[in-house]
Amino acid sequence: MTAILAAIRLALRAIVRSKLRSTLTVLGILIGVAAVVIVVALGTGVQAQVVGQISNLGANVIFIFPQSTQTSGVRSNDVNRLTEADGRALLMEATSIANVAPFSSTGAQVIAGDRNAVTQVMGVSRSYFPVRGFSVGKGQMFTESEELLKAKVVIIGETVREKLFGAGDPIGQYVRIGRYPYRVVGLLTSKGQSPFGEDQDDRVLMPIGSFRARVVPSPPGRVQQLIASATDERTVDRAVTQINAILRQRHGIAPDGEPDFAIRTQAEFRKSSEEIVGTLTVLLSSIAAVSLLVGGIGVMNIMLVSVTERTREIGIRMAIGASAADIMTQFLVEAIVLSVIGGVFGLGIGAGVIKLLGGALGWSLQLPMPAVIAAMATSTVIGVVFGFFPARRAALMDPIVALRQE
Amino acid sequence: MKDAPPIIEFVEIHKDYVTEAVVVRALRGVNLTIQRGEFVAIIGQSGSGKSTMMNIIGCLDRPTRGKYILDGIDVGSRSNDARAIVRNHLIGFVFQGFNLLPRTTALENVELPLVYRGVSAAERRKRALASLNAVGLGARLHHTPNQLSGGQQQRVAIARALVTQPPLLLADEPTGNLDTRTSYEVLDLLQRLNREQGITIVLVTHERDIADCAGRVIEMRDGSVRRDIINERPTDAARALAELPVQDEHGAAS
Repeated sequence: MTAILAAIRLALRAIVRSKLRSTLTVLGILIGVAAVVIVVALGTGVQAQVVGQISNLGANVIFIFPQSTQTSGVRSNDVNRLTEADGRALLMEATSIANVAPFSSTGAQVIAGDRNAVTQVMGVSRSYFPVRGFSVGKGQMFTESEELLKAKVVIIGETVREKLFGAGDPIGQYVRIGRYPYRVVGLLTSKGQSPFGEDQDDRVLMPIGSFRARVVPSPPGRVQQLIASATDERTVDRAVTQINAILRQRHGIAPDGEPDFAIRTQAEFRKSSEEIVGTLTVLLSSIAAVSLLVGGIGVMNIMLVSVTERTREIGIRMAIGASAADIMTQFLVEAIVLSVIGGVFGLGIGAGVIKLLGGALGWSLQLPMPAVIAAMATSTVIGVVFGFFPARRAALMDPIVALRQE
Repeated sequence: MKDAPPIIEFVEIHKDYVTEAVVVRALRGVNLTIQRGEFVAIIGQSGSGKSTMMNIIGCLDRPTRGKYILDGIDVGSRSNDARAIVRNHLIGFVFQGFNLLPRTTALENVELPLVYRGVSAAERRKRALASLNAVGLGARLHHTPNQLSGGQQQRVAIARALVTQPPLLLADEPTGNLDTRTSYEVLDLLQRLNREQGITIVLVTHERDIADCAGRVIEMRDGSVRRDIINERPTDAARALAELPVQDEHGAAS
């Protein structure tokens, strides 16, 4: 133990003796370690951010789309059999479903006075709001009678309001979509961007009956999507099974037949986005790891220079009784100390940058513990691996030749 | 002391250096016995084989043929690690170029051999202090070699050689880089160590004046011992020093 401490003290003194060179060498390791730590922390942060936003969307949301089926080798594209009645049946029969909302949408121009906006016009029911986590911030929700009577009323998002009314109050104003005027009854509470970059405030919502009657004429009860919410995040899988069974039965599809609908859950979105972020993190970390490797080569280089420069010192030490193992230990410890110093400072700087970035981005970035351990272990291993060759070269020197060196 | 085994015994020592196509026969069958407590000078021209002999005595090099027995141990055939231990325990080295570690204080330089012996820090310090005091450098413990004069550096080197209390001190041209006055100061120190502590001293030099301070002079030529003479009246370095005219620059140097 004391021998190791003595060796470390000796190494530190040798390092301090050539300050500039040691600093530059340490810098190589430092940058490598800092890069690895920062990239890993950012990756983890992005992951947490995406997961957070997806849960914010409603982790228990289930999307049901129509899907074209193949009959006798012919793929039929326009068969959409999803209806509001399917939605009602799901709500009645599936025990794990809390709510179901019909949904249809189209891109359309919305006009108010001399201004216009191209936005998504959506036909929904009142249950859409709780399912997707929207709420009416100003004005009112559609009434039940407005839904039944296919009334010409809309609730608009913040982005649409700004484009059409500027700073003005939109409630009670009229907007025109196609040939019909609609009265604005409510304004959505702003939700900002979705994790997929969609502006969730850029939308106009109207009762789905109204949508079918005037915006996209379609058969009664027909919907483009059903959006359901499971009773709990943990019952999503059970709800999916129930939806599958109920819709197959209602649509007359054999248990082994191809369904005419598809079910997507947030868990799937979450999984795929986690995969993307994970892959990116691995990719960037590998690039950072390369810089660590380059830092290691720097350590080897400087140790080789150091061994050559201190040939005489090695000779003296051997003459007064240092064994090959003593010399080997001396230079190996020096290489390890150099790279561990780089590792420690790299961690420090990495932690600082993570803190600054976290503050700037408003994310809660944390120094990832596994990365800390890995960085320290790696820098030690780099010291051993890249210090070994120079140290061996020193240890194998002939004391007579070493002493004769000027 | 006469009955004790010799400290150094060379039996038919040969040393050949093979360079490319040429074989240089540096030592050609040297037989030599040095008793404990002797002060021996090895003298010769460059190329006479005296440095090779020094390296073999110092366990820095191995003979090609022959037997080298140091303090009763056949060291010629030992491993490198074993010879490192022998160097540390039995031999103190003093070199022409002093060979102190640069940017390292006198005290730390002197402690160094004890480090490789695994002596505790406190004990190292104590013994290094004693050793530096013995060579008269007790006041310059924390000076680094470039803050010391040549004579002082050589005295630090002698202190380092003595700190392990070895039975044998090997001095390779110890006065080669020193002026006459300082040379005699160093020789005086060596003579006193030999006389007062019974340390065996082997000194390699090419200067006759220096060799005359030893009690026995071995003259090397072409890899063989040409003459091996007992010097009945070795020069007393202290007296030689007193007879030297006083020099101003020496005062400045110390």
